[in-house]
Parts: sequence; structure tokens; C-alpha cells
Amino acid sequence: MQILEKILDKNGLVAGILVIALIILFSEIFTKKVLKSKIPSSALAILMGLVLAYIGGLFSGGEKGLADIEIFKGVGVLGGSMFRDFSIVASALGASFLVMKRAGFLGLMSLLVGITFFFIAGVAIAYLWGYRDAVSLCTIGAGACTYIVGPVTGAALNASSEVMALSIATGVVKAIAVTILTPVFAKKIGLNNPEAAMAYGGLMGTNSGVAAGLAATDPALVPYGTVTATFYTGLGCLVCPSLFYLVLNLFIK
Amino acid sequence: MNALMYGLGLLAFSFLSGQFLGEELGVWLGVKANVGGVGFAMIILILAKDFLEKKNLVNEDFKKGIDYWNMMYVPVVIAMSASQNVKVAVSSGFLAIIAGVVPVVLVFMFFPYLVQKLKPKN
Repeated sequence: MQILEKILDKNGLVAGILVIALIILFSEIFTKKVLKSKIPSSALAILMGLVLAYIGGLFSGGEKGLADIEIFKGVGVLGGSMFRDFSIVASALGASFLVMKRAGFLGLMSLLVGITFFFIAGVAIAYLWGYRDAVSLCTIGAGACTYIVGPVTGAALNASSEVMALSIATGVVKAIAVTILTPVFAKKIGLNNPEAAMAYGGLMGTNSGVAAGLAATDPALVPYGTVTATFYTGLGCLVCPSLFYLVLNLFIK
Repeated sequence: MNALMYGLGLLAFSFLSGQFLGEELGVWLGVKANVGGVGFAMIILILAKDFLEKKNLVNEDFKKGIDYWNMMYVPVVIAMSASQNVKVAVSSGFLAIIAGVVPVVLVFMFFPYLVQKLKPKN
């Protein structure tokens, strides 16, 4: 047992990779068998991460969730700001100006309206809840966009870990809500043609939710929805910690 | 192998330049924050990749390294979630549910109207 602990301690990052792989395996089996693939397994895995962080906090009394438990500290390295920002930047690989052109004016407008709306809605709800400082409000508003934009914004603004967790949770709830509600509302709102799907992807944004929701509605619409949704997180990471934060600062101070 | 490392090198270069721009912009604007560093890095990466593609310098290996990190992004976010201070945040958990669901429902309600507005006028 002591030898095992020593190995895990010396190879923290590698141990972290194993832990995340197990979380993903569990959530994939769970979504397939129990939830009948109705929720994207990535959203469930992130939710599981948050639950484990809660349990880790109870055990250790620390502030870094699971990473405060000695043998799991590598999880904190893998989920640290350096790897996170590095992998998010890499996600721009799929984007090119050719794809942007295909999304066109409708795509751009729906992206701008979507990000602005979700940000304002998130900020307003956090304000009503009692948050009053621009950093926390901005981080939660960004979380209402996607579970990536939230923590990227929070890290850039030095938000507290508690607010970061809330912001991630908000983004995950959004992804799940979009997934479940899309097939329910699709017919009523005329979401049955490529143009509507593109506008929908830009307005809703959250990529896993849009893809899963459209797949449950009509698989042929998925590429149209994701062509705009792909840009949502990138654009959100650009405007939330910059323009939106500065504007918010004017109102709060 | 070389091309793989050039791809990763470009990613690292874009990342660091974006961070630098973000920090500089923060200082310039007088806010204690990295202003849009990740966004800048993405733009630099897209521009550089498009430029190199036009010069026919991008091959499969070049993309492999960047794509690896692209695919790692959900696992990294899971690891990040697992290392947050959730214990303290739980008391506000209801906020996450409201802020996650209410705006989505609103967009569904106004969607037909928004699509009409957003369509380019032919």
C-alpha cells in the first residue's frame, strides 16, 4: 500500500489522467445504460467531476476539491489553468475562414445576440441572488454562455474557486437543458430547416447540447447547428473577460 | 515527427502570444485581469494555420498534435471541475440551475421571432 502511494505521489499527473479516464468510462456507461443516451456523456462527466470535488472537499476540508486528497492531486494539475487554456486554444483548429463564411451573416448575428443575451441573463440572475462584485457577476454570466467560457473568464479575472464552480455548474445545467428541451420544442418553434438550425446553434451555443439536441430532433440538422455553435465558445472567451467585463465594470462601480 | 512538433510549436506560440496580448491589454486598460488572452490566441492560431495552409505547409502530422489537445479539452474541463471548491458553492447550487435553465427557455420562446429578425433581407 505504501509503495502504491509513493508511486501515485511521484506520478501525480499520470494518476490524474487515469482518474479522468475512469470518470469518463463510468459516465459513458451510465448515459448509455441508464439515461438511454438522452444526455451527452461529456456533460454528465463534468457533473460527476463537480460531485467528486464536493466529496473531496468534505474529506479534506480544503478548497481544491478532489485535488486536495494527496493521491488525487494530479487531477488538479491536469485541470489547472495552463492545460485548460492550451486545449481550448487548440479547439480553434477546426475553425477556418472558409467555415466562417459558410455560417455567414445569419451565423454571426445569431452568435452575437446569443452570447450577449446569455451573459446578461446570467449576470441579472446572479445579481438578484446577491452577488454584487463585477468579477463574480462576470464569471457567472460567462458560465451562462458555456461551461468553458465561465472558467476561462473566471481565471482571467481571478475569481474565487467557489464562483468558478458555480459558473461551471451553470454551463453544465445549460448544456443539459438544451439537450433535453430541443426535441421537445423543435416542432413548435419551426426548427426544421438548415437556416433555422444555424441560427439556433449560434443563439444557444453550447456545442455538446446543440449537437445532442439536434441529433434527437433531426440528425440532418446537426452539421448546420454546429457550424455556428463551434464559434460560440471562442467568441465568448474573447468578449466575456474583455469587452463585457469592462462594460459591466461601468455599471457596478 | 518534425511536422508534429511544428504544429505543437505553433499552438504554443499562439497560446503564449495570446496570453501576452491579454496581459498587456489588461495593464493598458488598468484592470487586474488577462483581457481576452485565450480569444486572441485562437485568432492567432486560425490566422497562422490558414496562412500556412495556403503555402501548402500543413500536412496531417502537423494537425495531429494540435488535434490531440483539441480532443483533450473535455477531459481537462472534467479535471478542472473536480478540483473546484464545490463544497462552498453547493449552498448556491439553485442559482446554477436557474441561471442554466431560465435563459434557455426564454430563447426557445422567442426563437421564431429572432430567426425572422436575424435572416438577411434578400
